Amino acid sequence: MLIAPSLTYSLLAPILIVLAGALIGVLVEAFLGKTHRPAIQLTISIGSLLLALQQLWQIRDSSSLTAAVNSVTIDKAGIFLQATIVLLSLAAVLLIADQENFVAQASAIPGSIEERSALEQKNQQTEIFPLFLFAVAGMMLFTIASDLITLFVALEVFSLPLYLLAGLSRRRRLLSQEAALKYFLLGAYSSAFFLFGSAFLYGYSGTISLSGISAAAGNGNDIFLLIGIIFVSVGLLFKISAVPFHSWTPDVYQGAPTPITGFMAACTKVAAFGAILRIFYVGFAQSQTQWRPIITVIAIITMLFGSLVAIAQRDVKRMLAYSSIAHAGFLLSGVVALNKDGLAASLFYLFAYGFATLAAFGIITLIRDSTGEVTDLNRWVGLGRKSPLVSAAFAFLLLSFAGIPLTAGFVGKFAIFSAAYKSGNISLVVVGVLASAIAAFFYIRVIIMIFFTDPVNNSVSVIIPSIKSKVSIVASMIISIALGIAPSLVLTTASNFANFVK
Amino acid sequence: MAIANYLYLSAILFTIGAVGVVVRRNAIVVFMCIELMLNAANLAFVTFARVNSNLDGQVVAFFTMVVAACEVVVGLAIIVTIYRSRRSVSVDDASLLKQ
Repeated sequence: MLIAPSLTYSLLAPILIVLAGALIGVLVEAFLGKTHRPAIQLTISIGSLLLALQQLWQIRDSSSLTAAVNSVTIDKAGIFLQATIVLLSLAAVLLIADQENFVAQASAIPGSIEERSALEQKNQQTEIFPLFLFAVAGMMLFTIASDLITLFVALEVFSLPLYLLAGLSRRRRLLSQEAALKYFLLGAYSSAFFLFGSAFLYGYSGTISLSGISAAAGNGNDIFLLIGIIFVSVGLLFKISAVPFHSWTPDVYQGAPTPITGFMAACTKVAAFGAILRIFYVGFAQSQTQWRPIITVIAIITMLFGSLVAIAQRDVKRMLAYSSIAHAGFLLSGVVALNKDGLAASLFYLFAYGFATLAAFGIITLIRDSTGEVTDLNRWVGLGRKSPLVSAAFAFLLLSFAGIPLTAGFVGKFAIFSAAYKSGNISLVVVGVLASAIAAFFYIRVIIMIFFTDPVNNSVSVIIPSIKSKVSIVASMIISIALGIAPSLVLTTASNFANFVK
Repeated sequence: MAIANYLYLSAILFTIGAVGVVVRRNAIVVFMCIELMLNAANLAFVTFARVNSNLDGQVVAFFTMVVAACEVVVGLAIIVTIYRSRRSVSVDDASLLKQ
């Protein structure tokens, strides 16, 4: 006999609204002419995100283990992470709406007559918006999923649209398509690892729920548990681009259209860390002797590798990719801390890092020459004299990534490292501070290039952004600056929301 | 037949897939190896469902099939686009991003 599942719709509403927006977007693609589509799609995206945000606000004090038959857990931390993703997506969608960065017709072969006529007719690939919304919904689900099957489905729901979006750049299309291929093959490879690990966790505990796995600690076959933890971790560490599973990151960040890179860098990190925190804090907390040493080592390698290799980069998008790898290492310290402070610090760090990243990639879209974006750092020399304001904003973001005091990055790093220190992980703190110092070196090198080197005679210029991009970049900048000057508001909120229901 | 044998088979299939992804050069074959890995995981799930005598594992297997089908749609779309612009699906040829 089949029993109809009982769903608490009010608690699931944020995700359902975003999914509904995506589905309406698909219908719009099918039935409306191309002149109206961009405006309508943008309205639907922004509208559904705002509605989702409002719903999240309404359920901010709720907690429930049975909102969808034990498949998702609604709790404080989950709501904070979801709200972070929605806010970041709101800023990202405005960048994405600038169609200048996207291909006119993805199916046209690069350099063909078809492509030229698509460009002349000013075609736009507005499917970007529904894909974007599907990705957002998947990310939101990923942070609150509390059994293995929901985790796997959510992982794929947010990854598959991102693979496609990575291949839709207007310029340098071969590069973009290559990025999509690499992202797809490696992403699918890592989800297979995740799934295989899930099978062994199921074999170990006889249940697919995280709380069940936690309850089974000590009662099952430890080999199964170990295999399960390792393989599931591989899948998750790939998504956050921890070393040695990082090799896709620089290529995909460089090849993907810059607004998508920004969205991916900010939101994927929030979603994946949300899931990692939940899995390790709820599911694996009882078996910490099995995984804490491994994750500690990975965190150390990731911090050092990301910071060191970033020094050698000549391309600004690749440099930010390595910087994102280093930040994954810092965030892993919060996971290893395995205490309430670690969770609160991670929540704050993700929030601050997300907005800084989005603003940084937003600024990169503005720096162009006649052929498109200029990402070669050597050509950014002397940009500070041409447009002081944009350069100053970028420099501020770099200082924030470096963790200089009075920026959000400093507050985040301080919170994470003090949580790691409290949990007795001195080695992590030492390496973390060391890696921060190395990282500061190359960020400051870029700032010197921009401001204190004589400009070479080149055609690089900062374009006047469209209203949408301007709103997005300015809003992200204001949040980044505010988080540095007055972090206490978000910091208190994060520690109030740092609670997983088990 | 002992139930452990199914797990060995699953592990062997998974390893063949994982090694295949690393050594093969044709994007389609790489993709097929990934599908093999997913199916190995499915076999493990179904075996464990039998061991644990509950149905969760079998349900997961169904979901995995659906997800794998979606992955095929997206994956083939990307591979076909690459083929149309380069006339090759070798993952070695796709190396513009290596600097």
